[in-house]
Amino acid sequence: MTLLQVRNLTVEYQTAAGTYRAVEDLSFHLEQGKALGIVGESGCGKTTAMLALMRLLPEEGRIVDGEIQFEQTDLLGLSPDKLNQYRWRMISMIFQGAMNALNPVRTVGGQIEEAIRLHGTVARSEVKNEVLRLLDLVGIVFSRVGHYPHQYSGGMRQRAMIAMALACRPRIVIADEPTTALDVMVQAQILDLLERLQKELDLSIILVTHDLGLVAELCDDVLVMYGGRMAEYASSHRIYNHAGHPYTQRLLSAFPDIENPGAELASIPGYPPALDALPPGCRFQPRCHLALDICALEPPPNVEVIPDHLVSCVRAQPEQARVEGEDGRLLA
Amino acid sequence: MADYLLEVEDLKKLFPVPRGIGRVLLRQRKRVVHAVDGISFRVKRGEVLSLVGESGSGKTTTGLCSIGLLSPSAGHIILEGEDLSVLLHRSRRGELRRKAQIIFQDPYESLNPRQTVFNTVAEPLEVHRLTASHDEKVKRVTEALEDAGLKPASDYFNRYPQELSGGQRQRVVIGTALVLKPRLLVADEPVSMLDVSIRAELLSLLARLRDERGITILYITHDLATAAHIADRVAVMYLGVIVEVGPAKAVLGSPYHPYTKALMSVIPVPNPSRRKKRMVLQGETPNPIDLPSGCRFHPRCPQVKEDCRVLVPVLSEAEGGHYTMCGLPRAALDEGRDQISHAPSPEPSRTDWRRL
Repeated sequence: MTLLQVRNLTVEYQTAAGTYRAVEDLSFHLEQGKALGIVGESGCGKTTAMLALMRLLPEEGRIVDGEIQFEQTDLLGLSPDKLNQYRWRMISMIFQGAMNALNPVRTVGGQIEEAIRLHGTVARSEVKNEVLRLLDLVGIVFSRVGHYPHQYSGGMRQRAMIAMALACRPRIVIADEPTTALDVMVQAQILDLLERLQKELDLSIILVTHDLGLVAELCDDVLVMYGGRMAEYASSHRIYNHAGHPYTQRLLSAFPDIENPGAELASIPGYPPALDALPPGCRFQPRCHLALDICALEPPPNVEVIPDHLVSCVRAQPEQARVEGEDGRLLA
Repeated sequence: MADYLLEVEDLKKLFPVPRGIGRVLLRQRKRVVHAVDGISFRVKRGEVLSLVGESGSGKTTTGLCSIGLLSPSAGHIILEGEDLSVLLHRSRRGELRRKAQIIFQDPYESLNPRQTVFNTVAEPLEVHRLTASHDEKVKRVTEALEDAGLKPASDYFNRYPQELSGGQRQRVVIGTALVLKPRLLVADEPVSMLDVSIRAELLSLLARLRDERGITILYITHDLATAAHIADRVAVMYLGVIVEVGPAKAVLGSPYHPYTKALMSVIPVPNPSRRKKRMVLQGETPNPIDLPSGCRFHPRCPQVKEDCRVLVPVLSEAEGGHYTMCGLPRAALDEGRDQISHAPSPEPSRTDWRRL
């Protein structure tokens, strides 16, 4: 069942220096109980798209086009009052670096309690029990409820943030870089936790990250973004084994694989485009090793190479018609 | 004598924990953080040794000690046959700095925002009075920047750090280290702040410095995947000690120590068809103030035995050049070794890097 459907989302920032388009024509959907990974380099618009989804864009940000549909409801048409019934209760978010945003002078339990009270999801008499239930869910022992954030380690603070995001029993959780700045072992613990929550609560997850390894571990579908646009959108098996977009292919070969340390690490020459200097045509064209003349002139079409595998590239062709290399990657 | 550039012998670095007045009045014992607790290793000329470990394992402290930015509490550090304590003497310190340089993690913090790229890179030359004329200085700076991959260098001379991207800044930092033509480079998490697409370039740059310049690199990281790509040898640290050390391929491909095995199993692999069972260790690294008794890994070890709580293991050779610090019998160490790597890993070749 499709829980969330985003169509043609376009977001602009209006600043003194001009108007910048951070996200353009982005479409994706999320099924109940599934995990979607949104991957891209810094500045590719992934966080902006998620803030738009939560309707939490900063003042300069504006959704200029598109549709966000949660089940049958159009979230963009809702009044602020109505919106609050969706935000946090249906869709909640774990912000990037948020574990450092806990209030240092209040206990962790108290802060989670506040979140529950504010949204009035459970009866007043039940609030304390709800806090314990949430902490238990994320694996924080009962005795740590009254402790302050500085008494928690980084991993535990992140668990507390996850508990807070779950306070209103949402159906979708957006996790923005939930494990950056955490050690590998703690990252694995958080990954285990997200996996378990997804199963136990039938939770849908959107994982925003630049780490292709993390996405491969957790996600069913992957959306690759570049310069504010979709580059490729498919199931994770397709992305990792039959990447169709040159950017995805190069991103994969730039990612060090611990099981294959001899493999050549190819880097992508150049740098991601700045928002005030987006190239016309394909955003990736200046860095693309397969670029054609036409790529610099007009935006590439979104080609459906097989059902549910979209590639935004002029070279992409539907599967039966394409020429395949030995490794199954698109050659021509 | 084998040609070792850097030798570290039984290095210890303890940091005292400040006591509050209450603790002083109560005459409570002074407490210390055992950041590095007796480690020894040697790095050959032109070799990349990677120190890997989680935060708090002591890897950065080791790096800082090995170029004399921290003074060890005990032990010796020998650089090109000379003890660091000698080289740190006023009269020799300049020589030490020319021999050994460091690159820090965050290129956003380690460059002076008010200085142009040229001034930043030229400063070490001025400090060490290495260039007689301005032309010579320009030549050295150009060389260093181009070695660091900023070409043509003159395009960058008058730029300020804020005009550069993260990858370019880190190259300036590397250029600043290279301008003195060091023999040892300590790279402390040099790529962890950068995007994946840029990481690969910088890693190949470091590999090229080793291959073409013969620079010895101590590569400090928490990221085992990048270590696997660049290191000749790997030392895994846990709570201030080296628990496993050896050729990169052996340590990361078929580890003996339960900690290394667990670490390897949780590294995400970029392919969903190769998802594997994660051996997640629960809890956190204990604090280095109150160290566990016996083997310091025993509270989290999945293979722990009664003896581990009491007996302190020593680093011993398991096979040629591959050492591990675990008191378990060989059969237990062999368990699960082969499950770590199921992809055929071709011999890492240096020519691969050059082609990039």
